[in-house]
Amino acid sequence: MHIKSSSNGFEHPVSSEITPAVVYQDRRRLLKHMATGVAGAGLATWASRKAIAQGAGWGAKPGKLAALNTKATSVDGAVTSEKVTPYKDASTYNNFYEFGTDKADPAVNAHTLKTSPWTVEVEGLVKKPVKFAMEDLLKLSPMEERIYRLRCVEGWSMVIPWVGYSLVELIKKVEPLGSAKYVEFVTLADPKTMPFVGSRVLDWPYVEGLRLDEAQHPLTLLTFGMYGEILPNQSGAPVRLVVPWKYGFKSGKSIVKIRFTEKPPATAWNKAAANEYGFYSNVNPNVDHPRWSQATERRIGEDGLFAKKRKTLMFNGYEAQVGQLYAGMDLKKFF
Amino acid sequence: MNTWLLHRGAKPCLLLALCTPVAYLVWAAVADQLGANPAEALIRSTGDWTLRLLCLTLLITPLRVITGWTGLARFRRMVGVSTFCYGLLHLAAYSWLDMGLELADIVVDIAKRPFILVGFVGMALLTVLAATSFNRAIKALGGKRWQALHRSVYAIAVFAILHFFWMRAGKNNFAEVAVYAAILSVLLGWRARNFWIKRTAGAR
Repeated sequence: MHIKSSSNGFEHPVSSEITPAVVYQDRRRLLKHMATGVAGAGLATWASRKAIAQGAGWGAKPGKLAALNTKATSVDGAVTSEKVTPYKDASTYNNFYEFGTDKADPAVNAHTLKTSPWTVEVEGLVKKPVKFAMEDLLKLSPMEERIYRLRCVEGWSMVIPWVGYSLVELIKKVEPLGSAKYVEFVTLADPKTMPFVGSRVLDWPYVEGLRLDEAQHPLTLLTFGMYGEILPNQSGAPVRLVVPWKYGFKSGKSIVKIRFTEKPPATAWNKAAANEYGFYSNVNPNVDHPRWSQATERRIGEDGLFAKKRKTLMFNGYEAQVGQLYAGMDLKKFF
Repeated sequence: MNTWLLHRGAKPCLLLALCTPVAYLVWAAVADQLGANPAEALIRSTGDWTLRLLCLTLLITPLRVITGWTGLARFRRMVGVSTFCYGLLHLAAYSWLDMGLELADIVVDIAKRPFILVGFVGMALLTVLAATSFNRAIKALGGKRWQALHRSVYAIAVFAILHFFWMRAGKNNFAEVAVYAAILSVLLGWRARNFWIKRTAGAR
């Protein structure tokens, strides 16, 4: 019989068998070094998963797609401590009209999107126009994890750990001319792989835009991943924009072209209904959408069915960081 | 067919079928099967079912006349009242899950959003019809007046589709609206045609 008594409740090894902390910490550091530098992708996945899970505190990676290594960010306001939305919700409930108009559609239909090879063309009013291959774009600047609130114009919100780097890093490389005032983001419109391109809901391709100073703000993230892994197709793989103080539709998915212009670009939703979707579309609880109130929001995956909706914050809670961009502007007029 | 329709078990079967959607929704809500935004799913699916049952209610008479299945007439009230019940669930889901039962917020919302206003008007009319659906109400009103009152279901159909259209207009998404609009146009068009034929026949 193998009955344990209080004297052998734990199978204590002799003290000489216990690895000293200094030694195992050194081993772990070595593993991380190997993973980031020398060793192959498999090992990198394994080791960095641990590193990120410990660093960010939002739990383990979903383990579905290739991992991305990140360094800590120094950008002010870039990591909220709010509870992160479950990956399942963030990856199955979103708008990506190229794959259907229901928020469950993209996750079902986006498997047809071909994300490799992928190029992003930067053109317009820049000194150095360039066509980036995806590999080069990934290496342009170190990746950071940013935990942002995301507020949809429809009145729901999430908290998502994105992976990418500030768009300004790319802007510095291409050197905008003095005449460049706006940045236009053109996204993929491929009827062969995107079943709803060609539907009359919007003008394709889906185009979004920012004022140059908005695009240069460090919170504006050129995004390659979420939850420590590369973006799933339905979330805008392989590269998208995330502008956390604006309604979600301002952040274009699956970007193929970035163009610097003098005039404000004609953006997709603005073209569809200019009185409803302004060029700025900053999150603003005081300026209602003509068809509904923007004062409150439902946090997906967190607020219970019968919970009251939470109050929406000015600039989605990023007022301290971005408020000065709009100093003196009438935000009711420039909505 | 008529023997089946007049069978003792036909009504209970229909009632069971009419309860299936709400039973599913309750199960799905409890079992967390409504996706990432259960509140939105409940509000939308109760609305969808109200519209579907409204179409079904309006289908009964044309189907009865065209096929000669006279037994269908005895189901009309049950389907009509269940349309009202789903409408009530839709209203409750909106008021509770979207508006947090804040009466002041709801009043503001009615004034602010035309599609909410239209929904409320349709629901108010539907309530009048449900309240006068009993035999005693028919007797009290008299057949002619009762029928005239209940013709307002045609107006309800128009309000319902307008409600749905305006709701989807925010996202430019009219594919589903078009399907319901087509069904309702056929159902109302058939009645308009009959009315017109009767009138010209009477004038002759």
